[in-house]
Amino acid sequence: MITVSNLSYRYKAHPVLQIDAFHLAVGDHAIVLGPSGCGKSTFLHLLAGILTPQTGHLHIASIDIKQLGQREVDAWRGKAIGFLPQRLALVPSLTVTENLLLSSYANGVPADHQRAQELLLALGLGDKAKSHPHQLSGGQKQRVAIARAVFNRPKLLLADEPTANLDDAACSAVIELLTTQAREVGASLIVATHDARVLAALPGATTMHLPTAATPKVATAQGDRHE
Amino acid sequence: MNSISLALKSLRFKPLATSLNVILMAVGITMMTFVLSASKQLEDNAQRDAQGIDLVVGAKGSPLQLILSTIYQIDTPTGNIPLATRAMLEKNRMVKQVIPMALGDSYQGFRIVGTEPSYVEHYQGTIAAGRMFQAPMEAVFGATAAAKADAKLGGVFVGSHGLSRGGEEHKNAPYNVVGILKPTGTVLDRLVLTPVDSVWKVHEVVNGIDVNDKEEKEAMDADRELTALLVTYSSPLATVNMPRYINSQTDLQAAQPAFEAAKLFRLLGVGVDVLRGIALIVLLSAGLSMFVALYNALEERKSDLAILRTLGAPPIKLFSLLLFEGLLLATGGALAGWVLGHVAVELLGRALSDDQNLSMTGWVASPDEAWLLAVALAVGLIAALIPAIRAYRTDIAATLAH
Repeated sequence: MITVSNLSYRYKAHPVLQIDAFHLAVGDHAIVLGPSGCGKSTFLHLLAGILTPQTGHLHIASIDIKQLGQREVDAWRGKAIGFLPQRLALVPSLTVTENLLLSSYANGVPADHQRAQELLLALGLGDKAKSHPHQLSGGQKQRVAIARAVFNRPKLLLADEPTANLDDAACSAVIELLTTQAREVGASLIVATHDARVLAALPGATTMHLPTAATPKVATAQGDRHE
Repeated sequence: MNSISLALKSLRFKPLATSLNVILMAVGITMMTFVLSASKQLEDNAQRDAQGIDLVVGAKGSPLQLILSTIYQIDTPTGNIPLATRAMLEKNRMVKQVIPMALGDSYQGFRIVGTEPSYVEHYQGTIAAGRMFQAPMEAVFGATAAAKADAKLGGVFVGSHGLSRGGEEHKNAPYNVVGILKPTGTVLDRLVLTPVDSVWKVHEVVNGIDVNDKEEKEAMDADRELTALLVTYSSPLATVNMPRYINSQTDLQAAQPAFEAAKLFRLLGVGVDVLRGIALIVLLSAGLSMFVALYNALEERKSDLAILRTLGAPPIKLFSLLLFEGLLLATGGALAGWVLGHVAVELLGRALSDDQNLSMTGWVASPDEAWLLAVALAVGLIAALIPAIRAYRTDIAATLAH
């Protein structure tokens, strides 16, 4: 599914991330562990084609991401990647259903109302279809964000700190939800976290520990722009 | 879901900022529409009323006043001229037609014009009911005058002295309504037409002279007067010679409607330009306010835009989303302003119609007004351009992580 070698990313002159090798088989899940500022988010952004690595190889489902042009990367991301950002970013002016349909809109395909309804029912949000984000609880918002991430049946589901600020029960519920949804659409799940509880909640996942920073001095002095 | 509906939802989410921007744009476009429509109708009407009349011959005074009083029927006449002037003009080879006009009285604010059927024919007036006037004291009403004064065929009315309401009534010389004209869209609509003899008769009786005495009547003919003569040339050469020839006569003045109307609109033009300038300033501030609103909203919408990118939207989609917001604001304001502008013209038209001298309606649109939409859209586009470029350049990684 994913093959990474000698991957590095710098922000301006500062090295942010250096990964010598990483491999993930189709359908397998992975946990990227490490403290704040270690480049976890940057790694997810590289996998999603949001950032372009300066060196190294990055193949996802046998596609060399570095070879794609800007427009191709966007189109590929829309189809192949489901992204659950740390901040959920539901659009406040849109209803729950419309937030899901943003996936269709972003990809330039006709709105798939049936898929939206099916997802909302599956995630227990059937009665919230016409609600606006401010009318939802934190847990409901997260479920909407997850539904939106898997809407286009991605091959790779990326979750950035999905369990931050959650209690133990909610933490395992979210991981459970992510794995269920990943299984439903046949996606590999990669969770970037500094939360050790995720390890227990996601047994059998490949784990990758990122060191504090590629060059610790720089990282602590400057902070990581993308963390 | 498309960019337009998405932009619309985002605008509706901020009702205060959205309505403020729409209102500002609407005010600017209202003023623009008003100025455009009102001045165009004024000019069109003025042109229609003056069409085909090359020269007006009347008493000495202000030429503009002469034109206003005899062509547009809005000012008081400059005075009277001898009846013999008509014969003198008709003898001239360069004169094709002379229409006499005798003013003096009015009925319910509508002027009673002593003239000949040729005046009605000049404006292509046709009878809607009844017939054309033939004998003295027969009156034909223009369409507007008939409707407003509630004139009925076979009805009898008395004129009141003077051209405005409230003059002394000529009770001893009543008119008979013999005809009503179809609407022509010209000055004819708001007039009451009668033979010149009627006007003479009404005033002779007041002066205590017996018109039935044959000798006295003949003696009077020499003293008969008209208010003005509307002249049509048979040769373009007359344009140069006729006014000079007439103005050299001691008691006469010749005024050219086209020339005086142009002079009048040059005067009005200053006011129109000022209004147009103010409207332009309002439009510019509308654009500025739109820019500020869209630009400020970007900060809180950055994560919305970034999430669209993670869902696969190319940057150009975010760019067009912001442009659509500007265009929608502008379109909304333009449409509201266009409607309001026409309502304002209609209100002005109604206010003026009480004075029975100018006709104006809000319910006509000229193709020129399409320009207003273009101007509004241009303002919206320019206001949204920089925010749209910022949206295009959204740094997804930075926005998502922070």
